[in-house]
Amino acid sequence: MSFVPVILWTDGLIFALLGGVLALVWFIRRHPHLSAPWAAVARRPMATGAALVLAVFVVIGLLDSLHYRARLSDSPPGRPQYSVEVLSVFDKLVGKLRTHQEKTYSAPLAMQLYAKEFVERDGASVRDYPRLKYGGAHLKRADERMPDIVRRALVGVAQGLAVGVLLFGLLAAWQTRRRRIALRPWLASWARGGLSWPGRTLVLVVALLLMLGAVTVRLAAGYHVFGTDKVGQDVLYITLKSIRTGLVIGTLTTLVTLPLAIVLGVAAGYFRGWVDDVIQYVYTVLNSIPGVLLIAASVLIVQVAIEANPERFDTAAARADIRLLALCLIMGVTSWTGLARLLRGESLKLRTLDYVEAARAFGVSHARIISRHIFPNVFHLVLISIVLDFSGLVLAEAVLSYVGVGVDPSMYSWGNMINGARLELAREPVVWWQLTAAFTFMFTLVLAANLFADGVRDAFDPRREGRP
Amino acid sequence: MLSYILRRLLYAVPILIGVNLLTFALFFVVNTPDDMARLQLGAKHVTPEAIDRWKVEHGYDKPLLLNERAPGSARFTDTIFFRHSAAMFAFRFGKGDDGRDIGNEIRTRMGPSLAIALPVLLIGVLVNVTFALLMVFFRATYLDLWGVVVCVVLMSISGLFYIIAGQYFIAKLWNLLPISGFAGGIDGFRFILLPVLVSVVAGIGSGARWYRTIFLEEIGKDYVRTARAKGLSEVRVLFRHVLKNGMIPILTGVVVLLPLLFMGSLITESFFGIPGLGSYTIDAIQAQDFAVVRAMVFLGSFLYIVGLILTDISYSWVDPRVRLR
Repeated sequence: MSFVPVILWTDGLIFALLGGVLALVWFIRRHPHLSAPWAAVARRPMATGAALVLAVFVVIGLLDSLHYRARLSDSPPGRPQYSVEVLSVFDKLVGKLRTHQEKTYSAPLAMQLYAKEFVERDGASVRDYPRLKYGGAHLKRADERMPDIVRRALVGVAQGLAVGVLLFGLLAAWQTRRRRIALRPWLASWARGGLSWPGRTLVLVVALLLMLGAVTVRLAAGYHVFGTDKVGQDVLYITLKSIRTGLVIGTLTTLVTLPLAIVLGVAAGYFRGWVDDVIQYVYTVLNSIPGVLLIAASVLIVQVAIEANPERFDTAAARADIRLLALCLIMGVTSWTGLARLLRGESLKLRTLDYVEAARAFGVSHARIISRHIFPNVFHLVLISIVLDFSGLVLAEAVLSYVGVGVDPSMYSWGNMINGARLELAREPVVWWQLTAAFTFMFTLVLAANLFADGVRDAFDPRREGRP
Repeated sequence: MLSYILRRLLYAVPILIGVNLLTFALFFVVNTPDDMARLQLGAKHVTPEAIDRWKVEHGYDKPLLLNERAPGSARFTDTIFFRHSAAMFAFRFGKGDDGRDIGNEIRTRMGPSLAIALPVLLIGVLVNVTFALLMVFFRATYLDLWGVVVCVVLMSISGLFYIIAGQYFIAKLWNLLPISGFAGGIDGFRFILLPVLVSVVAGIGSGARWYRTIFLEEIGKDYVRTARAKGLSEVRVLFRHVLKNGMIPILTGVVVLLPLLFMGSLITESFFGIPGLGSYTIDAIQAQDFAVVRAMVFLGSFLYIVGLILTDISYSWVDPRVRLR
């Protein structure tokens, strides 16, 4: 084999999570009372549009979670040796973005380096901006750059539109055939927004995403779309690689939070007495420590542990991955208290309701009462808190990396990008592209998550029914 | 009332003990002083002598919980736990790695922290309440709808962006205010303006949206309908009735934060070079100064618990229906 698959800890957990989500989707689809609120989410234009954007991020993150180590080309056929560099399927797909490395900074879509150097020209050595090795290398003269960029962008838009129209045609054909109506009335009701799902938003968002994607691909083939960083690496590549880190932190942390919050919160509310006292004590103690400090203290300790056992990690990626996992664990352990308190309050109310009393009178066991009567009635709170927490966690990563207790410095993350680039604003001329790229991508992900979360909350929270 | 406060104070003691035990476990049991010394001394192959010397210098050369060799009560007092953890209850924090007394640092750095944090809180609440009231006044119109969307957009922007953009545009490009720094007295005014402005703007998104929900909840209640039925104008209803009752959750939310203001804000202070407790903490984390981090954890929890007690007292003060016994 020319490669050996590598399953990092977070990879395994992410795919386990994906499996869990798919199983949950299958379960929900079979129960009409569970799928009704999701149908309500899908009817909201904002929420569906946001979900589409999120889906793009998730796909990139998943592709970036399939890791492997390539076989060294000079290794003997009998005993294969593999590179220490851990790559992912995503790296393979974007190929040249990763390997096209310049010398140092260059502006977005530039064909020259950011700094002046001595270059040979007509036999004499002059001080000028040298040409980039890859960015705009196909151009002969500087004045060809702008027309070339515009041409590539237009071709990209056209291609994106073409694919969009094709997809729309397929959608129309499928819908009209399924509902046995003519194309014209279906188009009319689509344009009016009269469909049972937000058709206009969906088509618009897909078309926009396709165009953006196509333009980026077109431009990235000849240029560094977001420029290059200090060591000459393509900023677009770094930004895209950071998506996985953000997603891992946003999802795996919740995975840690959930069991703690559900078990402890429901137990405290349902059993009351000394169980309640102990659990309340534990979460008051955890809550009273300022969050960042507790995370910082724990991360420092994990760092010491990792540095004390360097022999356990065969690659740098494995070490960075353990630190990422530890960060998720720590953030999960410090952030379950809010949800636990909420679940405790709700369980306190539920346990006095007639049907729970009746179940108890029939001699139903505690475990059964909790799983059949209490948990299904607090599940909406769990779901709302998962989607609401996600965006906060993605933002927290950047702050923690700035404090120095975030992900490993060698890992691609928006926090590390911002941290590394913020001092470059003092340069003349300003190096603005790294910060802009990181903030733009982070903003897009968080905004999409927030809009989606609002949709989910409005659909699931029974108190919000009929309210704007 | 007095007995209630006393009881709450007593209840705080086990929580502080819990915090203390947790930090003790984190810093000394999971992670032995030897590990700390190795991290601090840096090199991969440090000699055992160097580690011992470091431990003696920082007072970490004692046994953890029980000193078998010491006579009398020193068996318990001449230990790491007593000297470094139990001593915190007397607010004796010892010395940081730079040799300075932590208690002293805390006292001098509280002022600058407060100079930033207090205006941020007060102006922030004022601005957020104003925006929230405007949105509620125009509720169910496009103004309200777009107000909420703007709030979501504002809260989706990273806090770091507000700071970096504020420093770059206001201080560097337009030269309106100093980029960072601090000075005492009246000179300090121009230094605190930018951090306060940035922090307030960064908080508008989540703050205004949160207050809007509170006011909307209040506006659906019966007494509001009665007030309208009496023929009061919408403005009067909003300001005399809704605002007054909505202030109860707002005020109690603010009171719990009051003591924590002393701790300052980690990020803001370190970006703007404010010599407060926030930048002190961040420097300690980056220098891996465990003694300072431990002290700040204890101080933070103490102030949080004080905040909780103040919240309960303020409840009974603003809401006559609540009686503390």
